[in-house]
Amino acid sequence: MTSVTSEETMRTDYTSRLKDHGGLIALAVILVFNIIVTPNFLQTQTLAVNISQVATIAIVAMGMTLVIATGGIDLSVGAVMALSGALAPLIFLSDFGQAYPVLGLIAALLCPLLAALVCGLFNGIIVSVLKVQPIIATLILFISGRGIAQVLTNGNLQTFSNPEFSYLGTGKILGFPFQGWLALAIACLLFWVVNRTIFGRYLLAIGGNERAARLAGGPVRRVKIGAYVICSVLSGLAGLIVVAINSASDAARNGNLMELDAIAAAVVGGALLHGGKAPIFGAILGAVIIQLVKYTLLANGVEDEVALIAKAAIILAAVYIQQARKE
Amino acid sequence: MLDQNAFDMRKYISRNPQSVAVWIALFVLIAFGLLRYDNFGGAYNITSFLNYNAMFIAISVGMCFVILTGGIDLSVGSVAAFTSVVAAYLSPYGIEVAMPLAILSGVAFGLFNAVCIVFGRIPPFIATLATMLGAKGGSLVISGAQTIAVDWGSNFTQLGMEKALGIVPWTIVIVGILVVGLWIVLEMTSLGRTILAVGGGEDASVMMGLKVNRAKIFAYALSGGCAGLAGVFLASGFGAGQPLEGVGWELSAIASVVVGGTLLTGGLGSIPATVAGALLLGLVFNILNFENGKGWISFSAYWQMVIRGAFLFAVILFQTRVMNRQSNVEFAK
Repeated sequence: MTSVTSEETMRTDYTSRLKDHGGLIALAVILVFNIIVTPNFLQTQTLAVNISQVATIAIVAMGMTLVIATGGIDLSVGAVMALSGALAPLIFLSDFGQAYPVLGLIAALLCPLLAALVCGLFNGIIVSVLKVQPIIATLILFISGRGIAQVLTNGNLQTFSNPEFSYLGTGKILGFPFQGWLALAIACLLFWVVNRTIFGRYLLAIGGNERAARLAGGPVRRVKIGAYVICSVLSGLAGLIVVAINSASDAARNGNLMELDAIAAAVVGGALLHGGKAPIFGAILGAVIIQLVKYTLLANGVEDEVALIAKAAIILAAVYIQQARKE
Repeated sequence: MLDQNAFDMRKYISRNPQSVAVWIALFVLIAFGLLRYDNFGGAYNITSFLNYNAMFIAISVGMCFVILTGGIDLSVGSVAAFTSVVAAYLSPYGIEVAMPLAILSGVAFGLFNAVCIVFGRIPPFIATLATMLGAKGGSLVISGAQTIAVDWGSNFTQLGMEKALGIVPWTIVIVGILVVGLWIVLEMTSLGRTILAVGGGEDASVMMGLKVNRAKIFAYALSGGCAGLAGVFLASGFGAGQPLEGVGWELSAIASVVVGGTLLTGGLGSIPATVAGALLLGLVFNILNFENGKGWISFSAYWQMVIRGAFLFAVILFQTRVMNRQSNVEFAK
């Protein structure tokens, strides 16, 4: 082993490290900017507000990261959120739910997740068995999933007061929102799954080279379906959290444009669109960056609309850097 | 095999079975409507149906070009909303100023997409997604998140109401010209052939020395321009620029293109079949409305989305079955 420490290799090492940690640097820049400019930024309340808002994006983005790792994409996450969010109040507000509150609550948590699981199976089977492009396959539920939620609720806003259910979105552990801890727990679990299980190995292998993974005898179909199922179930959970935060379920708005936030968070977090990489904590980092940009603009009186343009710029910049790294 | 140039029906059907299927489905649905509902074939229903669907046809044919190159344009709905606001602001200067400038603003978004995709090497899906957000933010900013009323004193609103030769609304005439023009471009010009070649195999096209970049830039600029035209129709038809409209339009357009048998991987597709696909999707709602009018059943508006998705599912099932059969045949050879 010869030790080559010319200035050139040092520099390439330095630039690649810059690109690898672009997300962290961006986060640091935003944080410093906020500490200087935004009033009351260093308050625990600000932290709690941001955590409660970022948790849903992070949870969906982690699922999206798994799907992107297989080289796919899931456009239906927002619609699945609307569907599961519409089901929960329907169940615990029903006669059965009123008569047996405990059973009703359990059903209100499990049935929506089950529905989300079915959605994931649907997406996964169309993608892996029928070999339809993911963007089109998930377009079906993107269109009709929200429609089903609106048909179920007849388009009505469902309001309720159910403290046990609302704990999902308003509860606190050690002073921090429950859903923040939940997102962290899911991240740890998924990190383990991706890096330490056979499923995770094949997940990354499929994204790296699907043909090779199949020829090597990997269970390509099952792993792909698994990725879509996990993504959908996590979306369903996020839908429940949003409903719990608001103590109301609006099928028209729940999860609207979430697919964009989730994709953006995954990409900013370092997921490669052609697959092969599943940075779970990167997805959380991406979600935090997107949430903080939104918060920064709003807290400094910039209109909501301009925040959309900023988000567009972030997505373009992140992918551009990613492409540049590839070449 | 004697005459290569003669139109061979069997060859056409075997090469592009779905284009034929969409026409058959369209005629069956029209026949069903004519037989079942009294006013279905009336002049009022036909013109209002075409007038309303003119914008969807416009964005669908633009989308068809983009998909033929193997790309996708998710920004069309937001761009249409943006240009509807532009058109509403410019409406006092008359249609001859408002329409070209609004379309040009759409083309500008399309060119931005093209630059990101062709020169920035950003995947079309991401680039146009970002433009979707940017155009949405832009239209909300320039309109102050309010609908912008058009100037009723100018000739702008006549676009959707006045009729050419007293028979056909101008929107339908314009869309008709657009469709025929693009059909000719795709089928008869070298640009059109290049677009098909790019979708069929981009690397091969580059090696053959085809002007791949030019073809792609044209496709995205065209899609932006078509979205701009749809925005003009939106503003004139509803009497206001609508910054919040256009949500989900890109999906309707993609669905129309897919239903029309255009391969999502690019390289194979047709403009008339795309129009048929757009009409078919529109007709489903038209017939639902008539069915509701009969009072036997009552479908809420929310069912439309469910049915639209189910429709797309059915088409995809059909497409994959046909494609698998074709690839099996090719494999056997």
